[in-house]
Amino acid sequence: MTQGAPVTRWDTDFDVLSPEYVADPFRIWDELRPTCPVAHTDRRGSTWLPTRYQDVVDLAHDIDHFSSTQISVIPFNGERPDEPILAYGIPPISADPPLHTWTRRLLLPWFSHRRVEGYEAMTRALCAELIDGFVSEGRADAAHDYAQQIPVRVIAGILGVPSSLSDTFTGWVRDLLEFADDPVRRARGANGLVGFFVDEVGKRKTEPGDDLLSDLLHSQSDDGQPVDERVVLGVAALVLIAGVDTTWSAIGSSLWHLATHTEDRDRLVHDPAAMPMAIEELLRAYSPVTMARVVTEDVDFVGCPMRAGDKVLLNFPGANRDPEVFEDADRVVLDRELNRHVAFGSGIHRCAGSNLARMELRVALEEWLHRIPEFSLADGAEVTWAGGQIRGPRQLPVVFR
Amino acid sequence: MRIRVDPEKCQGHARCYGLAPDLFDVDDYGLASVVGDGTVPAELEDRARLAIANCPEYAVEEIEA
Repeated sequence: MTQGAPVTRWDTDFDVLSPEYVADPFRIWDELRPTCPVAHTDRRGSTWLPTRYQDVVDLAHDIDHFSSTQISVIPFNGERPDEPILAYGIPPISADPPLHTWTRRLLLPWFSHRRVEGYEAMTRALCAELIDGFVSEGRADAAHDYAQQIPVRVIAGILGVPSSLSDTFTGWVRDLLEFADDPVRRARGANGLVGFFVDEVGKRKTEPGDDLLSDLLHSQSDDGQPVDERVVLGVAALVLIAGVDTTWSAIGSSLWHLATHTEDRDRLVHDPAAMPMAIEELLRAYSPVTMARVVTEDVDFVGCPMRAGDKVLLNFPGANRDPEVFEDADRVVLDRELNRHVAFGSGIHRCAGSNLARMELRVALEEWLHRIPEFSLADGAEVTWAGGQIRGPRQLPVVFR
Repeated sequence: MRIRVDPEKCQGHARCYGLAPDLFDVDDYGLASVVGDGTVPAELEDRARLAIANCPEYAVEEIEA
Protein backbone atom coordinates (compact mmCIF):
# COMPACT_ATOMS: atom_id res chain seq x y z
CA MET A 1 0.00 0.00 0.00
CA THR A 2 2.92 2.32 -0.48
CA GLN A 3 2.29 5.48 -2.38
CA GLY A 4 2.91 4.94 -6.05
CA ALA A 5 2.60 1.15 -5.86
CA PRO A 6 0.25 -0.38 -8.46
CA VAL A 7 -3.37 -0.71 -7.35
CA THR A 8 -4.68 -4.26 -7.02
CA ARG A 9 -7.83 -3.42 -5.03
CA TRP A 10 -9.91 -0.35 -5.76
CA ASP A 11 -12.28 -0.82 -2.80
CA THR A 12 -9.65 -0.77 -0.03
CA ASP A 13 -6.56 0.72 -1.66
CA PHE A 14 -7.56 3.15 -4.41
CA ASP A 15 -5.19 5.76 -5.78
CA VAL A 16 -6.62 8.70 -7.72
CA LEU A 17 -3.17 9.45 -9.14
CA SER A 18 -2.59 5.97 -10.55
CA PRO A 19 -2.29 5.93 -14.35
CA GLU A 20 -5.35 3.65 -14.61
CA TYR A 21 -7.56 6.04 -12.65
CA VAL A 22 -6.33 9.08 -14.55
CA ALA A 23 -6.90 7.37 -17.91
CA ASP A 24 -10.30 5.81 -17.20
CA PRO A 25 -11.90 6.45 -13.81
CA PHE A 26 -15.35 5.69 -15.22
CA ARG A 27 -14.84 1.93 -15.32
CA ILE A 28 -13.53 1.98 -11.75
CA TRP A 29 -16.55 3.90 -10.42
CA ASP A 30 -18.90 1.59 -12.33
CA GLU A 31 -17.27 -1.40 -10.61
CA LEU A 32 -17.33 0.18 -7.16
CA ARG A 33 -20.93 1.49 -7.08
CA PRO A 34 -22.72 -1.89 -6.77
CA THR A 35 -20.04 -3.56 -4.64
CA CYS A 36 -18.37 -0.96 -2.44
CA PRO A 37 -19.94 2.45 -3.15
CA VAL A 38 -17.62 4.28 -0.74
CA ALA A 39 -14.06 3.08 -1.27
CA HIS A 40 -11.18 3.69 1.10
CA THR A 41 -7.42 4.05 0.97
CA ASP A 42 -4.59 4.67 3.41
CA ARG A 43 -2.35 6.12 0.73
CA ARG A 44 -1.66 9.77 1.61
CA GLY A 45 -3.64 9.36 4.83
CA SER A 46 -7.01 7.72 5.50
CA THR A 47 -9.27 8.83 2.64
CA TRP A 48 -12.77 7.85 1.46
CA LEU A 49 -14.06 7.89 -2.12
CA PRO A 50 -17.83 7.94 -2.64
CA THR A 51 -19.07 6.99 -6.11
CA ARG A 52 -22.87 7.36 -5.82
CA TYR A 53 -24.66 10.61 -6.61
CA GLN A 54 -26.74 10.79 -3.46
CA ASP A 55 -23.78 10.07 -1.18
CA VAL A 56 -21.69 12.81 -2.77
CA VAL A 57 -24.56 15.30 -2.47
CA ASP A 58 -25.26 14.33 1.16
CA LEU A 59 -21.58 14.73 2.06
CA ALA A 60 -21.40 18.14 0.39
CA HIS A 61 -24.46 19.31 2.33
CA ASP A 62 -23.31 18.08 5.76
CA ILE A 63 -20.93 20.95 6.50
CA ASP A 64 -20.91 20.18 10.23
CA HIS A 65 -19.23 16.79 9.84
CA PHE A 66 -17.32 17.51 6.63
CA SER A 67 -15.30 20.71 6.78
CA SER A 68 -13.83 22.62 3.84
CA THR A 69 -10.64 23.50 5.72
CA GLN A 70 -8.80 20.75 3.80
CA ILE A 71 -9.92 20.73 0.20
CA SER A 72 -6.87 19.35 -1.57
CA VAL A 73 -7.39 15.92 -3.04
CA ILE A 74 -3.65 15.42 -2.66
CA PRO A 75 -2.57 16.41 0.85
CA PHE A 76 0.77 18.08 1.42
CA ASN A 77 3.49 15.49 1.06
CA GLY A 78 6.21 16.11 3.60
CA GLU A 79 6.49 19.41 5.38
CA ARG A 80 3.74 21.91 4.93
CA PRO A 81 5.17 25.13 3.56
CA ASP A 82 5.05 27.86 6.15
CA GLU A 83 2.50 30.32 4.79
CA PRO A 84 1.39 32.62 7.61
CA ILE A 85 0.44 35.07 4.93
CA LEU A 86 -2.37 32.72 3.93
CA ALA A 87 -3.51 32.30 7.53
CA TYR A 88 -7.12 32.34 6.32
CA GLY A 89 -6.55 29.86 3.51
CA ILE A 90 -8.11 30.64 0.15
CA PRO A 91 -11.67 31.56 1.14
CA PRO A 92 -14.48 31.02 0.51
CA ILE A 93 -13.62 27.60 -0.97
CA SER A 94 -11.37 26.54 1.92
CA ALA A 95 -13.56 28.02 4.65
CA ASP A 96 -16.62 27.04 6.64
CA PRO A 97 -19.18 29.65 7.79
CA PRO A 98 -18.89 32.37 8.94
CA LEU A 99 -15.69 33.21 6.98
CA HIS A 100 -17.11 31.38 3.98
CA THR A 101 -20.33 33.38 4.01
CA TRP A 102 -19.01 36.93 3.89
CA THR A 103 -16.06 36.27 1.60
CA ARG A 104 -18.39 34.54 -0.84
CA ARG A 105 -20.67 37.57 -0.84
CA LEU A 106 -17.69 39.74 -1.82
CA LEU A 107 -16.88 37.49 -4.73
CA LEU A 108 -20.26 36.52 -6.21
CA PRO A 109 -21.22 39.85 -7.85
CA TRP A 110 -18.07 39.65 -9.97
CA PHE A 111 -19.35 36.42 -11.47
CA SER A 112 -23.04 37.23 -11.71
CA HIS A 113 -24.96 36.65 -14.92
CA ARG A 114 -24.95 40.35 -15.66
CA ARG A 115 -21.19 40.70 -15.21
CA VAL A 116 -20.43 37.55 -17.15
CA GLU A 117 -22.40 38.84 -20.14
CA GLY A 118 -19.97 41.75 -20.12
CA TYR A 119 -17.00 39.37 -20.41
CA GLU A 120 -18.40 37.50 -23.41
CA ALA A 121 -17.21 39.79 -26.24
CA MET A 122 -13.67 39.76 -24.85
CA THR A 123 -13.75 35.98 -24.59
CA ARG A 124 -15.02 35.59 -28.14
CA ALA A 125 -12.33 37.89 -29.54
CA LEU A 126 -9.68 35.95 -27.62
CA CYS A 127 -10.91 32.61 -29.01
CA ALA A 128 -10.96 34.00 -32.57
CA GLU A 129 -7.42 35.31 -32.19
CA LEU A 130 -6.15 31.97 -30.91
CA ILE A 131 -7.77 30.17 -33.86
CA ASP A 132 -6.23 32.69 -36.29
CA GLY A 133 -2.87 31.55 -34.97
CA PHE A 134 -3.21 27.93 -36.12
CA VAL A 135 -6.17 27.57 -38.47
CA SER A 136 -4.07 27.66 -41.65
CA GLU A 137 -1.78 24.92 -40.35
CA GLY A 138 -4.45 22.25 -40.56
CA ARG A 139 -3.47 20.93 -37.15
CA ALA A 140 -3.28 22.09 -33.55
CA ASP A 141 -2.97 20.89 -30.02
CA ALA A 142 -6.54 21.71 -28.98
CA ALA A 143 -5.60 21.47 -25.30
CA HIS A 144 -2.38 23.46 -25.26
CA ASP A 145 -2.89 25.89 -28.16
CA TYR A 146 -6.54 26.65 -27.45
CA ALA A 147 -8.32 25.42 -24.30
CA GLN A 148 -5.41 26.22 -21.98
CA GLN A 149 -5.08 29.78 -23.28
CA ILE A 150 -8.65 30.96 -22.74
CA PRO A 151 -9.76 30.95 -19.07
CA VAL A 152 -6.44 32.19 -17.72
CA ARG A 153 -6.59 35.34 -19.85
CA VAL A 154 -10.22 36.05 -19.02
CA ILE A 155 -9.61 35.65 -15.29
CA ALA A 156 -6.48 37.82 -15.47
CA GLY A 157 -8.62 40.56 -16.98
CA ILE A 158 -11.19 40.28 -14.19
CA LEU A 159 -8.53 40.32 -11.47
CA GLY A 160 -6.78 43.23 -13.14
CA VAL A 161 -3.41 41.52 -13.61
CA PRO A 162 -1.46 41.34 -16.89
CA SER A 163 -2.64 38.59 -19.24
CA SER A 164 0.87 38.61 -20.71
CA LEU A 165 1.82 36.59 -17.61
CA SER A 166 -0.70 33.88 -18.42
CA ASP A 167 1.93 31.17 -19.01
CA THR A 168 3.43 31.96 -15.61
CA PHE A 169 0.01 31.80 -13.94
CA THR A 170 -0.76 28.51 -15.66
CA GLY A 171 2.57 27.10 -14.45
CA TRP A 172 1.86 28.02 -10.82
CA VAL A 173 -1.66 26.63 -10.92
CA ARG A 174 -0.48 23.35 -12.45
CA ASP A 175 2.24 23.10 -9.79
CA LEU A 176 -0.44 23.46 -7.13
CA LEU A 177 -3.12 21.21 -8.57
CA GLU A 178 -1.60 18.73 -10.99
CA PHE A 179 1.83 18.20 -9.49
CA ALA A 180 0.74 18.49 -5.88
CA ASP A 181 2.44 15.20 -5.04
CA ASP A 182 5.82 16.84 -5.69
CA PRO A 183 6.62 19.06 -2.68
CA VAL A 184 9.13 21.11 -4.64
CA ARG A 185 6.70 21.98 -7.42
CA ARG A 186 3.88 22.56 -5.01
CA ALA A 187 5.97 25.00 -2.96
CA ARG A 188 7.11 26.73 -6.14
CA GLY A 189 3.52 27.26 -7.24
CA ALA A 190 2.40 28.51 -3.82
CA ASN A 191 5.35 30.87 -3.39
CA GLY A 192 5.05 32.20 -6.92
CA LEU A 193 1.35 32.91 -6.59
CA VAL A 194 1.52 34.44 -3.12
CA GLY A 195 4.56 36.59 -3.89
CA PHE A 196 2.88 37.87 -7.03
CA PHE A 197 -0.31 38.88 -5.24
CA VAL A 198 1.57 40.50 -2.34
CA ASP A 199 3.09 42.85 -4.92
CA GLU A 200 -0.18 43.42 -6.76
CA VAL A 201 -2.06 44.21 -3.55
CA GLY A 202 0.69 46.62 -2.56
CA LYS A 203 0.27 48.54 -5.82
CA ARG A 204 -3.49 48.84 -5.38
CA LYS A 205 -3.26 50.34 -1.92
CA THR A 206 -2.18 53.59 -3.46
CA GLU A 207 -3.58 53.19 -6.97
CA PRO A 208 -6.82 51.25 -6.96
CA GLY A 209 -8.13 50.15 -10.36
CA ASP A 210 -11.50 48.99 -11.63
CA ASP A 211 -10.81 45.35 -10.91
CA LEU A 212 -11.64 42.55 -8.50
CA LEU A 213 -8.39 42.86 -6.55
CA SER A 214 -8.93 46.57 -5.86
CA ASP A 215 -12.55 45.94 -4.97
CA LEU A 216 -11.59 43.28 -2.41
CA LEU A 217 -8.94 45.50 -0.88
CA HIS A 218 -11.41 48.32 -0.37
CA SER A 219 -14.29 46.17 0.91
CA GLN A 220 -15.46 45.50 4.43
CA SER A 221 -15.67 42.22 6.29
CA ASP A 222 -18.70 41.04 8.26
CA ASP A 223 -17.72 43.15 11.28
CA GLY A 224 -17.60 46.39 9.26
CA GLN A 225 -13.79 46.57 9.33
CA PRO A 226 -11.62 46.70 6.19
CA VAL A 227 -10.95 43.21 4.89
CA ASP A 228 -7.77 41.71 6.37
CA GLU A 229 -5.07 41.80 3.70
CA ARG A 230 -4.39 38.10 4.21
CA VAL A 231 -8.01 37.39 3.28
CA VAL A 232 -7.64 39.53 0.14
CA LEU A 233 -4.55 37.53 -0.84
CA GLY A 234 -6.35 34.26 -0.22
CA VAL A 235 -9.42 35.20 -2.26
CA ALA A 236 -7.26 36.50 -5.11
CA ALA A 237 -5.19 33.32 -5.13
CA LEU A 238 -8.39 31.27 -5.18
CA VAL A 239 -9.82 33.15 -8.16
CA LEU A 240 -6.72 32.40 -10.19
CA ILE A 241 -6.35 28.80 -9.02
CA ALA A 242 -10.01 27.95 -9.50
CA GLY A 243 -10.40 29.89 -12.72
CA VAL A 244 -7.64 28.30 -14.77
CA ASP A 245 -7.25 24.51 -14.68
CA THR A 246 -10.94 23.79 -14.22
CA THR A 247 -12.49 25.50 -17.23
CA TRP A 248 -9.53 24.74 -19.46
CA SER A 249 -10.12 21.07 -18.62
CA ALA A 250 -13.82 21.31 -19.42
CA ILE A 251 -13.10 22.95 -22.79
CA GLY A 252 -10.42 20.37 -23.59
CA SER A 253 -12.58 17.38 -22.63
CA SER A 254 -15.45 18.73 -24.71
CA LEU A 255 -13.20 19.18 -27.76
CA TRP A 256 -11.85 15.66 -27.20
CA HIS A 257 -15.43 14.36 -27.19
CA LEU A 258 -16.32 16.25 -30.38
CA ALA A 259 -13.10 15.12 -32.08
CA THR A 260 -13.99 11.50 -31.36
CA HIS A 261 -17.81 11.62 -31.84
CA THR A 262 -18.53 12.89 -35.35
CA GLU A 263 -22.32 12.77 -35.00
CA ASP A 264 -22.29 15.00 -31.90
CA ARG A 265 -19.86 17.37 -33.56
CA ASP A 266 -22.04 17.67 -36.68
CA ARG A 267 -25.14 18.13 -34.60
CA LEU A 268 -23.66 21.17 -32.85
CA VAL A 269 -22.32 22.60 -36.10
CA HIS A 270 -25.73 22.42 -37.77
CA ASP A 271 -27.95 23.15 -34.78
CA PRO A 272 -26.43 25.94 -32.65
CA ALA A 273 -29.64 26.09 -30.59
CA ALA A 274 -28.70 22.70 -29.17
CA MET A 275 -25.60 24.20 -27.56
CA PRO A 276 -26.90 25.24 -24.12
CA MET A 277 -28.20 21.78 -23.24
CA ALA A 278 -25.17 20.15 -24.83
CA ILE A 279 -22.93 22.24 -22.59
CA GLU A 280 -24.68 20.87 -19.50
CA GLU A 281 -24.34 17.32 -20.79
CA LEU A 282 -20.64 17.74 -21.54
CA LEU A 283 -20.18 19.20 -18.06
CA ARG A 284 -21.97 16.18 -16.61
CA ALA A 285 -20.06 13.56 -18.57
CA TYR A 286 -16.63 15.16 -18.20
CA SER A 287 -16.87 17.03 -14.91
CA PRO A 288 -13.33 18.18 -14.23
CA VAL A 289 -13.38 18.87 -10.50
CA THR A 290 -13.08 16.59 -7.49
CA MET A 291 -12.97 18.36 -4.11
CA ALA A 292 -12.10 17.11 -0.63
CA ARG A 293 -13.43 17.55 2.89
CA VAL A 294 -11.98 16.70 6.28
CA VAL A 295 -14.06 14.80 8.85
CA THR A 296 -14.59 16.99 11.95
CA GLU A 297 -15.71 14.25 14.39
CA ASP A 298 -16.11 10.49 14.24
CA VAL A 299 -19.19 9.69 12.19
CA ASP A 300 -20.83 6.71 10.54
CA PHE A 301 -21.63 7.54 6.93
CA VAL A 302 -23.68 4.91 5.05
CA GLY A 303 -21.97 2.25 7.17
CA CYS A 304 -18.45 3.64 6.83
CA PRO A 305 -16.72 4.40 10.14
CA MET A 306 -15.19 7.76 9.35
CA ARG A 307 -12.77 9.16 11.94
CA ALA A 308 -12.03 12.78 12.75
CA GLY A 309 -9.18 13.86 10.50
CA ASP A 310 -10.03 11.44 7.67
CA LYS A 311 -10.33 12.93 4.20
CA VAL A 312 -13.42 12.45 2.05
CA LEU A 313 -13.29 13.10 -1.68
CA LEU A 314 -16.32 14.87 -3.14
CA ASN A 315 -16.36 12.83 -6.31
CA PHE A 316 -18.63 15.05 -8.40
CA PRO A 317 -17.42 13.47 -11.67
CA GLY A 318 -18.35 10.01 -10.36
CA ALA A 319 -21.70 11.21 -9.02
CA ASN A 320 -22.52 12.50 -12.48
CA ARG A 321 -22.02 9.03 -13.98
CA ASP A 322 -24.31 7.26 -11.48
CA PRO A 323 -26.77 5.09 -13.45
CA GLU A 324 -29.29 5.34 -10.58
CA VAL A 325 -29.70 9.02 -11.41
CA PHE A 326 -28.75 9.29 -15.09
CA GLU A 327 -30.15 6.91 -17.65
CA ASP A 328 -27.38 5.55 -19.85
CA ALA A 329 -24.98 7.48 -17.64
CA ASP A 330 -21.78 6.62 -19.52
CA ARG A 331 -23.18 7.86 -22.83
CA VAL A 332 -23.20 11.50 -23.90
CA VAL A 333 -26.76 12.46 -24.87
CA LEU A 334 -26.53 16.06 -26.03
CA ASP A 335 -30.20 16.84 -25.45
CA ARG A 336 -30.52 14.96 -22.16
CA GLU A 337 -33.64 16.41 -20.54
CA LEU A 338 -33.20 15.15 -16.99
CA ASN A 339 -29.78 16.39 -16.00
CA ARG A 340 -29.44 17.41 -12.36
CA HIS A 341 -25.65 17.28 -12.63
CA VAL A 342 -23.34 18.52 -9.90
CA ALA A 343 -20.31 19.46 -12.00
CA PHE A 344 -20.22 22.76 -10.10
CA GLY A 345 -20.69 21.08 -6.74
CA SER A 346 -23.68 21.01 -4.44
CA GLY A 347 -24.72 23.04 -1.41
CA ILE A 348 -23.17 26.22 -0.04
CA HIS A 349 -19.88 25.83 -1.94
CA ARG A 350 -21.46 25.75 -5.42
CA CYS A 351 -18.72 26.99 -7.74
CA ALA A 352 -18.74 30.79 -7.48
CA GLY A 353 -17.49 31.05 -11.06
CA SER A 354 -20.02 28.70 -12.64
CA ASN A 355 -21.65 31.40 -14.79
CA LEU A 356 -18.25 32.41 -16.11
CA ALA A 357 -17.13 28.83 -16.72
CA ARG A 358 -20.32 28.02 -18.61
CA MET A 359 -19.97 31.11 -20.80
CA GLU A 360 -16.30 30.36 -21.53
CA LEU A 361 -17.07 26.76 -22.45
CA ARG A 362 -19.95 27.76 -24.74
CA VAL A 363 -18.05 30.56 -26.48
CA ALA A 364 -14.91 28.43 -26.89
CA LEU A 365 -16.92 25.64 -28.55
CA GLU A 366 -19.01 28.03 -30.67
CA GLU A 367 -15.94 29.80 -32.04
CA TRP A 368 -14.09 26.55 -32.66
CA LEU A 369 -17.01 24.87 -34.46
CA HIS A 370 -17.70 28.01 -36.50
CA ARG A 371 -14.15 28.10 -37.85
CA ILE A 372 -13.24 24.42 -37.68
CA PRO A 373 -16.42 22.41 -38.24
CA GLU A 374 -14.59 19.23 -39.25
CA PHE A 375 -11.77 17.95 -37.08
CA SER A 376 -10.57 14.70 -35.61
CA LEU A 377 -7.70 13.30 -33.58
CA ALA A 378 -4.43 13.29 -35.50
CA ASP A 379 -3.28 9.88 -36.72
CA GLY A 380 -1.39 8.14 -33.94
CA ALA A 381 -2.16 11.08 -31.67
CA GLU A 382 -1.06 10.66 -28.10
CA VAL A 383 -3.71 12.24 -25.89
CA THR A 384 -2.55 12.78 -22.31
CA TRP A 385 -4.80 13.50 -19.32
CA ALA A 386 -4.31 15.19 -15.98
CA GLY A 387 -6.17 13.68 -13.05
CA GLY A 388 -6.58 13.86 -9.30
CA GLN A 389 -8.21 17.16 -8.32
CA ILE A 390 -8.83 18.25 -11.91
CA ARG A 391 -9.34 15.95 -14.88
CA GLY A 392 -8.84 17.05 -18.47
CA PRO A 393 -6.64 16.56 -21.53
CA ARG A 394 -3.23 18.20 -21.47
CA GLN A 395 -2.18 17.19 -24.99
CA LEU A 396 -4.84 16.85 -27.67
CA PRO A 397 -3.43 16.80 -31.22
CA VAL A 398 -6.17 17.30 -33.80
CA VAL A 399 -6.21 17.74 -37.57
CA PHE A 400 -8.71 19.58 -39.73
CA ARG A 401 -9.19 20.79 -43.26
CA MET B 1 -49.25 26.03 -13.68
CA ARG B 2 -47.50 28.03 -10.98
CA ILE B 3 -43.96 27.66 -9.70
CA ARG B 4 -41.67 29.03 -7.02
CA VAL B 5 -38.02 28.96 -6.00
CA ASP B 6 -37.26 27.93 -2.43
CA PRO B 7 -34.68 30.54 -1.31
CA GLU B 8 -33.47 28.21 1.46
CA LYS B 9 -32.51 25.56 -1.08
CA CYS B 10 -31.30 27.69 -4.01
CA GLN B 11 -27.50 27.82 -4.23
CA GLY B 12 -27.23 29.77 -7.46
CA HIS B 13 -26.54 27.06 -10.04
CA ALA B 14 -28.69 29.17 -12.41
CA ARG B 15 -29.87 26.14 -14.33
CA CYS B 16 -33.47 27.42 -14.18
CA TYR B 17 -32.48 30.78 -15.64
CA GLY B 18 -30.48 29.07 -18.39
CA LEU B 19 -33.42 26.87 -19.37
CA ALA B 20 -36.20 29.44 -18.98
CA PRO B 21 -34.98 33.03 -18.78
CA ASP B 22 -38.55 34.26 -19.26
CA LEU B 23 -39.67 32.54 -16.07
CA PHE B 24 -36.77 33.20 -13.71
CA ASP B 25 -34.47 35.95 -12.61
CA VAL B 26 -31.14 35.60 -10.80
CA ASP B 27 -29.70 38.31 -8.57
CA ASP B 28 -26.07 39.40 -8.22
CA TYR B 29 -25.52 36.77 -5.55
CA GLY B 30 -26.93 33.94 -7.63
CA LEU B 31 -30.25 33.66 -5.84
CA ALA B 32 -32.99 32.74 -8.30
CA SER B 33 -36.60 33.90 -8.14
CA VAL B 34 -39.64 33.55 -10.34
CA VAL B 35 -40.76 36.38 -12.59
CA GLY B 36 -44.03 37.92 -11.38
CA ASP B 37 -46.12 35.63 -9.19
CA GLY B 38 -44.75 32.47 -10.79
CA THR B 39 -47.70 31.81 -13.05
CA VAL B 40 -46.41 29.99 -16.13
CA PRO B 41 -47.89 30.85 -19.55
CA ALA B 42 -49.18 27.68 -21.23
CA GLU B 43 -46.55 27.82 -23.97
CA LEU B 44 -43.73 27.83 -21.38
CA GLU B 45 -44.95 24.92 -19.25
CA ASP B 46 -42.45 22.54 -20.87
CA ARG B 47 -39.62 24.90 -19.97
CA ALA B 48 -40.89 25.19 -16.41
CA ARG B 49 -40.92 21.39 -16.09
CA LEU B 50 -37.36 21.26 -17.42
CA ALA B 51 -36.29 23.84 -14.85
CA ILE B 52 -37.87 21.77 -12.07
CA ALA B 53 -36.21 18.58 -13.34
CA ASN B 54 -32.74 20.06 -13.68
CA CYS B 55 -32.24 22.01 -10.46
CA PRO B 56 -29.43 20.23 -8.58
CA GLU B 57 -30.78 21.52 -5.25
CA TYR B 58 -34.47 20.65 -5.84
CA ALA B 59 -35.19 24.33 -5.23
CA VAL B 60 -37.67 24.84 -8.08
CA GLU B 61 -41.13 23.47 -7.40
CA GLU B 62 -44.65 23.56 -8.70
CA ILE B 63 -47.20 25.04 -6.30
CA GLU B 64 -50.97 25.12 -6.18
CA ALA B 65 -52.20 27.57 -8.77
